[in-house]
Amino acid sequence: MSGHDSGHGNGLWSWITTVDHKRIGVMYFIAALVFFVVAGAEALLIRIQLWGPERDFISAETYNQMFTMHGTTMIFLVAMPLSVAFFNLIVPLQIGARDVAFPRLNALSFWIFLFGGIFLNSSFLFGAVPDTSWVGYANLTSSQFSPGRNVDFWLLGLSILGVSSIIGGVNFITTIINLRAPGMKLMRMPLFTWMTFVTSFILVTALPVFAVALILLLFDRFFGANFYRPTAGGDPVLWQHLFWLFGHPEVYILILPSFGVISDVIPTFSRKPLFGYPIVVYAGILIGFLGWGVWSHHMFTSGLGPIADAFFVASTMIIAIPTGVKIFNWIATMWGGQIQLTTAMLYCIGLLAIFTLGGLSGIMHSSAPVNLQQHDSYFVVGHFHYVVAGGVMMGLFAGLYYWFPKITGRMMDERLGKINFWTYFVGFNLTFFPMHISGLYGMPRRTWTYAAELNVSLPNMLSTIGAFIFALSALILVYTLIKSALAGEPAGPNPWKAATLEWSIPSPPPHYNFAVIPTVRSREPLWREDERREIEAVTLKEPDVEPVMPNSSYLPLLLASGVAMTWILVMTGKWWAPLIGLAYTGVWIIVWAFEDPFAKKGA
Amino acid sequence: MSMEATAADDHDYTSTGLPTWKVGFWTFMGSECLFFASLISTYMVYKGASTTGPFPAEVLNIPLTSISTFVLLMSSTAMVLALDGVQRGSRKLASFWLAMVIVLGGTFLGFQVYEFTHFVHEGLTISQNVFGSSFFVLTGFHGAHVTVGVLWMTILFTMSVRGKLTPADALKVEIAGLYWHFVDIVWIVIFTLIYLLQ
Repeated sequence: MSGHDSGHGNGLWSWITTVDHKRIGVMYFIAALVFFVVAGAEALLIRIQLWGPERDFISAETYNQMFTMHGTTMIFLVAMPLSVAFFNLIVPLQIGARDVAFPRLNALSFWIFLFGGIFLNSSFLFGAVPDTSWVGYANLTSSQFSPGRNVDFWLLGLSILGVSSIIGGVNFITTIINLRAPGMKLMRMPLFTWMTFVTSFILVTALPVFAVALILLLFDRFFGANFYRPTAGGDPVLWQHLFWLFGHPEVYILILPSFGVISDVIPTFSRKPLFGYPIVVYAGILIGFLGWGVWSHHMFTSGLGPIADAFFVASTMIIAIPTGVKIFNWIATMWGGQIQLTTAMLYCIGLLAIFTLGGLSGIMHSSAPVNLQQHDSYFVVGHFHYVVAGGVMMGLFAGLYYWFPKITGRMMDERLGKINFWTYFVGFNLTFFPMHISGLYGMPRRTWTYAAELNVSLPNMLSTIGAFIFALSALILVYTLIKSALAGEPAGPNPWKAATLEWSIPSPPPHYNFAVIPTVRSREPLWREDERREIEAVTLKEPDVEPVMPNSSYLPLLLASGVAMTWILVMTGKWWAPLIGLAYTGVWIIVWAFEDPFAKKGA
Repeated sequence: MSMEATAADDHDYTSTGLPTWKVGFWTFMGSECLFFASLISTYMVYKGASTTGPFPAEVLNIPLTSISTFVLLMSSTAMVLALDGVQRGSRKLASFWLAMVIVLGGTFLGFQVYEFTHFVHEGLTISQNVFGSSFFVLTGFHGAHVTVGVLWMTILFTMSVRGKLTPADALKVEIAGLYWHFVDIVWIVIFTLIYLLQ
């Protein structure tokens, strides 16, 4: 069990200065898990409040803060970083690389993300918790209607996180384009790497649009600009366009990594290659493109007119096709296979079932007239939790159970894993299925209570019970993780007898990953006996000369502190204050530019 | 297969043969395209939406901005020549043309400072109307990009004068050049859409 410390040392400082993609991945994972617990607690407060009609367990103000922080945290601080954790942990191993293209920038992404997350949540300490929902519609967010600091924390926190995502996206695109092992052609890459590739393109293109939406809001709030001020000719609907132009591709940023995970896990536990590999790849790319053309289906109630509505109804229904194609591919992969129902596989099958249901309710409100009835009701809340808490999270948990042995060198406890899955599955459905019903009965979302006459008390009570089972499942997961990390069975290089390159190296991987970079000849290199022997001959041995890896560096942390400082200084409302932060950042950029990552230590 | 390290084990090896920094920077440029596209779209959406003056036709000075646009375009020429100087290993040429980029970029910024101050005197501020808001934020972010470019060129210039830019470092200058030309092209779009097509 010395994988992580070989070549590194293991003290706190070695983690703070690390540029190793595996350690950065582990830090992303742990940070996301902490935020998961925080956002889960916020959800529980919401559910306790909605246990019965007309309760006042928490005030309307607190309620607004809870659903705002729950949504914002789950999306930006849980689902996204959890995906990025897997990008970090797995992609270089799958393509036969020793690290990502820019190891120091990778560490920078992480620290900026962490500072952004802490900054956003520090709003609790100042009693100015964001309360305008995760979509932050103008002009509720204007200084006229939200005079406090709440919206400032939200918009500056998200801006910081956006910087982190863009840097991360650039890094992974470059890594996948440029650092593949010889023979690892694009159409031989494992699906998880493919979906990381597509997701990264969406990240670098969608996040700048959101950045602009936030910058306009920033200028409105701090410098008296008029972007979202109708009295001066501004238009609040511009926010909706910019937000959803980012926000819908964001949905695919969330789900595509999970699609990638299960496209790798299902073949492994069906003992069959992925059915229709090119189709799954092209469907993923198509989703990435079409994801840009559907944003206004979030805005059917804002009165865009029949032509625009008709266009977005059609485009939304079209995007269901490549998604449906993938579902059939996964089912066809399992068909006739020797299925092993491991926890990872259970989560995959859970995703198939639950995501399909979420997709179907999605098609329901892709129709504009139906949408008008469902908009802003609990039906929508039920729908997107089926897609995100069901689809995205189950996919990521499948990845967790699947790759945990690779990263830690220990097996996860399968018995606890199955308890974790079933409590998750039952708790999930009990929480979110009744929401479709309360929604159709007319229960509005983002409203802190409901009248007894609405007849939604029973579904709400069921949702609350479900939420606690759900929470129990999360606790079991945390326990399973700790227990398995400390005392799990040793895994060996390839415990699942899987086909892809990450399973050809020791578990946990040495810090240089591959003693010698192997040559790849097929899509399932470890399932072809001759190829497997050839690869393992070089990947399972100690190297003659240890590969040269970049040095640790404290600069990512310092540079990230500059980025965070710049945004925080915006809070002062003085136009020159952020310039101080920029100057401080600039100093570290210059030091960074002149640091040689491969300089010999002590020289 | 033997245990000997192959070409792929060298940390300069790439699958495409392209330098990693170049691929990364092009990707970043793609991200920047969407950033400016969003700002420019915002300006276009709000064209003619201002409820009070000053309106674009009252303040925009096309002859003056044509001059500053010309200056910025010329700076791109200087950039090309600077890269050429570095590739040839000529410290003198490289330093001279890098200095020219800095001077021309700085001149452009000077024009912009003059323009902004002048507009404020005319009563056009960021909070005056949506034209003011969208104009200052769009051109301000462009100006900030030019400023970053000028600082970057200053660092390269210092390195060049000290003889630390050899032909082996040409990639550094090439990437800085990519950035510079990109910022230049964005200005051509802005100049056309804001000034020429009022």
